[in-house]
Amino acid sequence: MSDLSDLYQEVVVEHARSPRNAGVLEGEGVLRADGDNPLCGDRITVMLEIDAEERIREIRFTGDGCAISTASASLMTEAVTGLGVADALALFARFREVMTTDADPGATSADVLNTAARDATVVDGADVGHAGVESADPDSVPPLGMLEALVGVRAYPMRVKCATLAWHTLRAALPDEPAAVAPTTRTVPVSGRAADSVPVVSTE
Amino acid sequence: MNPSTLDLNPPPVADPGSPVLTEPLDGAVVRADFPILAHEQNGQRLVYLDSAASSQRPNAVLDAMRRYETHSHANVHRGVHRLAAEATDLYERARTRVAAFLGTDDRREVVFTSGTTAAINLVAGSWGQDQLGPGDVILVTPMEHHSNLVPWQLLSRRTGSELRAIPLLPDGTLDLDALPTVLDDRVRFVTMAHVSNTLGVTNPVAEVVAAAHAVGAKVLLDAAQSVPHGPVDVRGLDVDFLAFSGHKMLGPTGIGVLWARHELLEAMPPWQGGGEMIRRVTMEGSTWNDAPYRFEAGTPPIAQAVGLAAAVDYMQGLGMDRIATHHRLLAGDAARRLDALPGLRLLGPAADAAREGVVSFTVDGLHAHDLATILDARGIAVRAGHHCTMPLHDHLGVAASTRASFAVYNTLEDIDDLVEGVKHAQAMFGLNA
Repeated sequence: MSDLSDLYQEVVVEHARSPRNAGVLEGEGVLRADGDNPLCGDRITVMLEIDAEERIREIRFTGDGCAISTASASLMTEAVTGLGVADALALFARFREVMTTDADPGATSADVLNTAARDATVVDGADVGHAGVESADPDSVPPLGMLEALVGVRAYPMRVKCATLAWHTLRAALPDEPAAVAPTTRTVPVSGRAADSVPVVSTE
Repeated sequence: MNPSTLDLNPPPVADPGSPVLTEPLDGAVVRADFPILAHEQNGQRLVYLDSAASSQRPNAVLDAMRRYETHSHANVHRGVHRLAAEATDLYERARTRVAAFLGTDDRREVVFTSGTTAAINLVAGSWGQDQLGPGDVILVTPMEHHSNLVPWQLLSRRTGSELRAIPLLPDGTLDLDALPTVLDDRVRFVTMAHVSNTLGVTNPVAEVVAAAHAVGAKVLLDAAQSVPHGPVDVRGLDVDFLAFSGHKMLGPTGIGVLWARHELLEAMPPWQGGGEMIRRVTMEGSTWNDAPYRFEAGTPPIAQAVGLAAAVDYMQGLGMDRIATHHRLLAGDAARRLDALPGLRLLGPAADAAREGVVSFTVDGLHAHDLATILDARGIAVRAGHHCTMPLHDHLGVAASTRASFAVYNTLEDIDDLVEGVKHAQAMFGLNA
């Protein structure tokens, strides 16, 4: 049997069972987005507040998802709390790079992380409207830290979307232009599935 | 296995309470007919429990398609050369074979499509677009596979007709008592799954057909999940349209069937335009070929039709009644044993209800996708998610479920592995199993 311990690391299972920052943020100035993975029905809502220095002051999430998506959301909220918007986006770019880069046969998780660190400032073609990504200083890209616990997901291509759903939803909640933060609530409806389109945040 | 050597009197099925079950089919022998099942999965014996999504193919089907491709291929209904005649003959024989399989001798009633989805869209795009308008009602159920719901949503929008649903009971099965509340004389069309792809239950076709015909409505039966599990007789069912796919009944992908009453097909306008479906084409306009050819624009999936006919032969060789008993026994055994696990909830009726080879469930504290990944590591392939029935999952208040579905090659040993796998997953997540 293939070893699942790389996928369901202790940290992942623990965060899935006791997610951090699970809950709701309300009030003026709360940014919010809903994410939906129509493949599996996972849903997540990310809510956050940004302070005057464009840092993520507080972040919460609610949702219904698998252990990987719940743990990833939990780890994400811990990782981005206190980060500037541009740095949070850079961290997402790095995380996504790690999760989606084809691994050399035999490459260890450490190899993958080192390779990804070099490529961390590569901007995904889909990342339009986020000038902050390009402007991030390569030297200031935050380390993955606890997010490394999710690297095992790479070996399960069908599950990568689970790990990135929270991040795509976070990106949708962030202001397009970090310099022009305006208190807005943007809600991507997820209830209108009977209509002609299913709103999808995750695009991997 | 050679079907001709089978004992044609299937052994009696053990009653549900019996501790020792006997499989009506020798699953281990049948399994040897399916080359893919000989390949290990993650170093494990492959336990394939996702046949409701797509079943595997026996050598009989693979060989028939290869024989066609290597000896007989040309385009059909077009050439005068020998291969064209041979291909046409094989393709049309497949049509005759499918007609007989469905209990009719009228081969003109069998339209080959790319699958169930295309067959349903054909009915919506041809009959529905031609016949329905504002004030008319299309009646569906909330348990439909999206392929028997979305085409009707689109048609309703295009024609201004109203889409209405037969209510469900709390367990997700059809609320037949509520049928009169939604079935009035504005209803022109009723469409419904024969067997639910999520719950495995058989819908009360006779009652719905009788009520629908009483108000003059036509009935389409989505038989994608019933044809793989037992005999289907279109005359006995008294429906007007019936659709199914090859790849869920041991045949290839890319082929499906729309069966429809001949007089309905003859009156229906074309759906897609192209070669084959025309009688005469001028720059000013065209006239249409007869049914079923009017609905088969372009070069059809010929090898796939040959493969479908081989799948029909294979299933009938095993015996459709015996297949039905085998699938019901496996699903019943799985439902009872899973239901006995702590934290496990079956979707649909109680464990002892008849299920046509399909069992869906949730496990408290364990998401379907995690369970499916853990089972996969043990060589067990199940479906996780909403199984293309989001409205049914919404009705049941479940975001995602795990589905095990059975075919002729499954055995009671497969269910042992499934139950052990679920227990193992619960232990991995610290759930008291």
